[in-house]
Amino acid sequence: MTADRLSTHFAACRAQGRAALITFVTAGDPDVAATPAILDALVEGGADIIELGMPFTDPMADGPAIELANLRSLGSGTKTKDIFALAADFRARHPDTPLILMGYANPMLVRGSDWFADQCKAAGVDGVICVDTPPEEDAEIGPALRAAGVHLVRLATPTTDAARLPAVLNGASGFLYHVAVAGITGKQQAAQTSIEMAVARLKAATDLPIAVGFGVRTPDQAAAIGRVADGVVVGSAIVDIVGSHGDAAAPFVRQFVASLSGALTRTQETAA
Amino acid sequence: MTDTIALPNSLRSQPDANGHFGAFGGRYVAETLMPLILELEKVYRAAKADPAFDEEFAELLRTYVGRPNPLYYAGRLTEALRAKAAPGKGAKIYLKREELNHTGAHKINNCIGQALLARRMGKKKVIAETGAGQHGVATATVAALFGMECKIFMGAKDVERQKPNVFRMKLLGAEVVPVHSGSATLKDSMNDALRHWVSNVHDTFYIIGTAAGPHPYPELVRDFQSVIGKETRAQMLEAEGRLPDMLIAPVGGGSNAIGLFHPFLDDPEVAMIGVEAAGEGLDRKHAASLAGGVSGILHGNRTYLLQDEDGQITEAHSISAGLDYPGIGPEHSWLHEIGRVKYMPIKDDEALTSFQTLSKLEGIIPALESAHAVAAAEQIAPTLDADRIIVVNLSGRGDKDIFTVADALGVEM
Repeated sequence: MTADRLSTHFAACRAQGRAALITFVTAGDPDVAATPAILDALVEGGADIIELGMPFTDPMADGPAIELANLRSLGSGTKTKDIFALAADFRARHPDTPLILMGYANPMLVRGSDWFADQCKAAGVDGVICVDTPPEEDAEIGPALRAAGVHLVRLATPTTDAARLPAVLNGASGFLYHVAVAGITGKQQAAQTSIEMAVARLKAATDLPIAVGFGVRTPDQAAAIGRVADGVVVGSAIVDIVGSHGDAAAPFVRQFVASLSGALTRTQETAA
Repeated sequence: MTDTIALPNSLRSQPDANGHFGAFGGRYVAETLMPLILELEKVYRAAKADPAFDEEFAELLRTYVGRPNPLYYAGRLTEALRAKAAPGKGAKIYLKREELNHTGAHKINNCIGQALLARRMGKKKVIAETGAGQHGVATATVAALFGMECKIFMGAKDVERQKPNVFRMKLLGAEVVPVHSGSATLKDSMNDALRHWVSNVHDTFYIIGTAAGPHPYPELVRDFQSVIGKETRAQMLEAEGRLPDMLIAPVGGGSNAIGLFHPFLDDPEVAMIGVEAAGEGLDRKHAASLAGGVSGILHGNRTYLLQDEDGQITEAHSISAGLDYPGIGPEHSWLHEIGRVKYMPIKDDEALTSFQTLSKLEGIIPALESAHAVAAAEQIAPTLDADRIIVVNLSGRGDKDIFTVADALGVEM
């Protein structure tokens, strides 16, 4: 890997005594033309790492907010080539900000894993989260990504017990994404104590940075998680703002993300 | 004589340890579900090795479902086709009467098996997806039988076109959840069932209705439905003293078809035809994922899917809500690729015609799904010699479809 933006960023955040802010939006929501300004707003608001969702017709692990974003995007005609163009454009304008593609196996693998991995590499994508490809099916996507120097970020969940964790960690790289609730995106909030116990358990098992997501909607929640985890992921709450404001969403997104990053910074001050 | 043993090189020994049928199958689900799916596999292996499980399953099939159901020689249909065929042509047509099962379709076989597994896993709540409502009714039925709480996810469009089955499910004590997302049909009800499952995985068992989904579902559904083929084998040997020359069954996800085919896969003299819904035609709207799709990943398995060049799932269409699905069970994708089973498309209007033909000639109103298989038999039988034997799987009865058919025929009810 030439320049590992992910490890550089997690290290920088750790040096500042704070968790990384990881923000999610769906590519092409509400349309491809609107996405660059929304991505810029995430960075300007203080996001450390960007997750860009690849829309899919059947996002069965997602709740209503992200499902609607997927349908808005596809309804406006977003194609896979547009997503890689958005990624390459983002990389040109933000050479240092890590970019992760998140989505489902079928759109990623329809032209083969080598093609997908090559496109990721060429567009400057740092990592991939494939929601419906567990370690048992790693052969579908893992080898191609690793050969291209792109991280395959694995998910751990409240149902991932000690017996299963080694399987999840085998081949995981970049960071480990702890899905805080056994459920779909955007719905319930997990109890802080269960998050703290999970993060402690995961940290004991791996040196990878631990990011926590699913159900994180407010600066206070982000701050609470930021005290224990290496990264905090916020998705549905941002996607809802895009849903409400459409192609005028960028300033509202920037403001909300700034409130999240501000909360994480204050965590550092109180912790210091 | 009623069964054969699966040999190591047998076509019946799939899937492999990871749930793959050749390049198909597998377990493509969110991490939250993986531990449960691995546990289900363990529980299923233990149940398979436990004679008490098999005994209880067989007893319920006998006393509750009404098995064995008959293998019926459709003499009037056979003679009508012979009358139009060349001299010496026109195969004998037998019907395997799955429509005589309790709840009116083959679906109940699988639901009883999965409810027994749910009980072994200590789950008190079951969920299911349904298209035509046959699987929903069967699931609601076993939930009542086993005293389990039941939720059925059903596309809003299907709730509308299958009202009698919706009412049946409610009578049986199930909650019917209409699904409005996407095309509001079977695939969307499966998405929402998966969403509910991932959020309630600790106490809920998902009774998948067809031989698809993540491993071990395609295998266990097939095994539970194989009672169809095992009975057919014994009944045919008794009636004719030999195996049939051809088996024909409708294929949506393909559980009734794989249940009929599987016990015969290692008998090369038995030809097999799976009948896909060609809807308005393969060049228009259809649900024929083998004839009109390519390999992809959806709902937990790799299989043939209707999709565009970017891997987005495209809408399926069939006059039969039960066939209105853009995918197919992974074992069928494999059997298609190795050429063991031939798959044949039948259009809406052809199925409609056969729906009426069978009703008039045999006094049996078939489900629209089954009417697709009857249509295929009507096309194939006249091309075969008169001493050939075809078995058509009559997977379900057509009461649920009379409104759809009346509508298509322009009849006001």
